Amino acid sequence: MKRVQDFRVKHYRRLNSDNYILTLSSDSDVEIVKPGNFAEIKIPDTPDVFLRRPISILDVDHNANTISFYIKAVGKGTRKLGTLAINSVVNIVYPLGNSFTINKQKNVLLVGGGSGIAPFILLANKLKNENTAITFLIGARSKGDVFLTDEFSKYGNVLITTEDGSFGEKGLVTQHSVFTDSFNFDHIYTCGPDPMMKAVAKIANKKYINCEASLENMMACGIGACLCCVTPTIAGNKCVCTEGPVFNTKELKW
Amino acid sequence: MVNLEVNIAGIILKNPVTTASGTFGFGEEFADFIDISKLGAIFVKGITLHNREGNDYPRMAETASGMLNAVGLQNKGIDYFINTIYPSIKNLGTEIIPNINGSVVEEYIEVAEKLNDVDGINALELNISCPNVKEGGMAFGVNCPAAIAVTSAVREVFHKPIIVKLSPNVTDITEIAKVVEGAGADAVSLVNTFLGMAIDANTKKPILSTVTGGLSGPAIKPIALRMVWQVYNAVKIPVVGIGGIMNATDAIEFMLAGATAIQVGTANFIDPQVSVKIIEGIEDYCQKNGISNASDLVGGLIL
Ligand SMILES: Cc1cc2nc3c(=O)[nH]c(=O)nc-3n(C[C@H](O)[C@H](O)[C@H](O)COP(=O)(O)OP(=O)(O)OC[C@H]3O[C@@H](n4cnc5c(N)ncnc54)[C@H](O)[C@@H]3O)c2cc1C
Ligand SMILES: Cc1cc2nc3c(=O)[nH]c(=O)nc-3n(C[C@H](O)[C@H](O)[C@H](O)COP(=O)(O)O)c2cc1C
Ligand code: FES
Repeated sequence: MKRVQDFRVKHYRRLNSDNYILTLSSDSDVEIVKPGNFAEIKIPDTPDVFLRRPISILDVDHNANTISFYIKAVGKGTRKLGTLAINSVVNIVYPLGNSFTINKQKNVLLVGGGSGIAPFILLANKLKNENTAITFLIGARSKGDVFLTDEFSKYGNVLITTEDGSFGEKGLVTQHSVFTDSFNFDHIYTCGPDPMMKAVAKIANKKYINCEASLENMMACGIGACLCCVTPTIAGNKCVCTEGPVFNTKELKW
Repeated sequence: MVNLEVNIAGIILKNPVTTASGTFGFGEEFADFIDISKLGAIFVKGITLHNREGNDYPRMAETASGMLNAVGLQNKGIDYFINTIYPSIKNLGTEIIPNINGSVVEEYIEVAEKLNDVDGINALELNISCPNVKEGGMAFGVNCPAAIAVTSAVREVFHKPIIVKLSPNVTDITEIAKVVEGAGADAVSLVNTFLGMAIDANTKKPILSTVTGGLSGPAIKPIALRMVWQVYNAVKIPVVGIGGIMNATDAIEFMLAGATAIQVGTANFIDPQVSVKIIEGIEDYCQKNGISNASDLVGGLIL
């Protein structure tokens, strides 16, 4: 069930100057969340940030009553979230949105870039329970922008591309050698910047592979009330916050 | 015990707190967060005769203490509302008030006619103030002859109370309020959003796909409050106050300015539980101030 809940800042893990993992804890139970779900976070004490900010749920711990987020500071809200005092209160509305399809796939590819890697931990966790073989393909500008690879390697093979060639293969994710004719993935999940997801979807389409993308449209409410977050699909405009954020790319008008 | 009931054109609302069209979906979206049956009424998302896809994305821009939207009345049309949506929301335990829209007068008439026979629908809100559609919409709300034409046409076919929703994008809102009163409106609701604009200085492009959009939220509250007060003093029909209401104090201010009921809009996005908190806050205020009927607040401004 969707819920409005107060948490407290428990811990920050700084990945670099702009990227961090924020862990919040609560006195009460944390809701069950599914891979792909997100939260609408109220940015505390920041009057110039009026609306909540949508952030994917990185992980939850039902024993410790914690929930965590991987955040890339890009503006006033995401910067402020990185500077709160330990124990300060953060109000979130969650779990929101649909989730990735998990359907006894044998061999899957998870392609992420930027903050789009956040839903992959919960996703990989679920896939592992289904004995699915997982390959991660993470794209970044340069070596210093590649995060969470230690976590991912617990679940599968991790491939990297960087635009400057400082880590992994040089180029964009879609230029990686994994995309050769011989590859045999039966499902691709992708989350990150739109151009990246579109390029991945194109490859998937060409090879008749099911592909799901998690979109990051701007949102006002996150609960399907305002219709601000829509994306065009073959069945008309759909709400990214309730009918998404995960879409089969065949549905999207890309 | 405080009696929170208010009377809008013969319809008794259990309290003055309602939710604004386009900010509360069809109500069900909030069922996980609040007891919907506590609300005075729900003004549901704007409805047109036919399916409308609305405007292109991006449809939203955050602003100082508010937001711009350019949704453009995305909805599946009146038949879908009556046959599919209404049956699932009519038992939410609160008054459901459709918000109707059209690009020509005939469209408003057809929608109103269809709603006339729907059991349980006791009123409609006639939106003549949507700034986000190319044809019709706000055009009906910013000049007197057009406002008269659409109001009297709907009056002829709809036999229950009509609440006309006014645009603030006019020189003198009392003029429009007076002519729609004359044309048969049973109440007025105000304000809809203010026409605004946002630009991304980095790309030199507008943020909204439609270039301009409607401004809502606390940024508009003082202007909305002034307009409610002016209209309250200009007409005899009840006024529903809207614009930047974030808490019970804001709601009480609108009632003191002359609003019989209020609509909570953008605040629902920030706190999906805010509407119920406002009801509790009004009750608290009345109790503390020895007011036994919330309706006694209406127009209680001391000059
Ligand atoms: C479903 C969903 C899940 C997301 N998950 C994560 C996540 O796990 N981690 C994470 O760091 N970010 C995530 N985002 C993106 C995040 O919501 C935005 O980065 C954030 O809202 C920006 O807020 P701000 O106040 O920091 O930026 P602002 O000051 O509002 O804007 C700064 C810049 O960021 C851009 N921006 C604003 N909103 C968005 C947006 N929704 N998407 C992309 N760019 C935006 C603006 O165009 C502007 O250029 C997610 C977005 C969605 C919709
Ligand atoms: C996203 C959004 C969609 C809206 N859609 C409608 C609509 O369909 N019909 C209508 O009459 N008003 C619509 N409005 C206007 C609101 O009902 C209300 O008049 C306005 O937002 C001012 O109130 P607020 O400041 O409390 O939000 C919309 C407002 C927003 C923010
Ligand atoms: S953000 Fe409001 S409907 Fe999706």
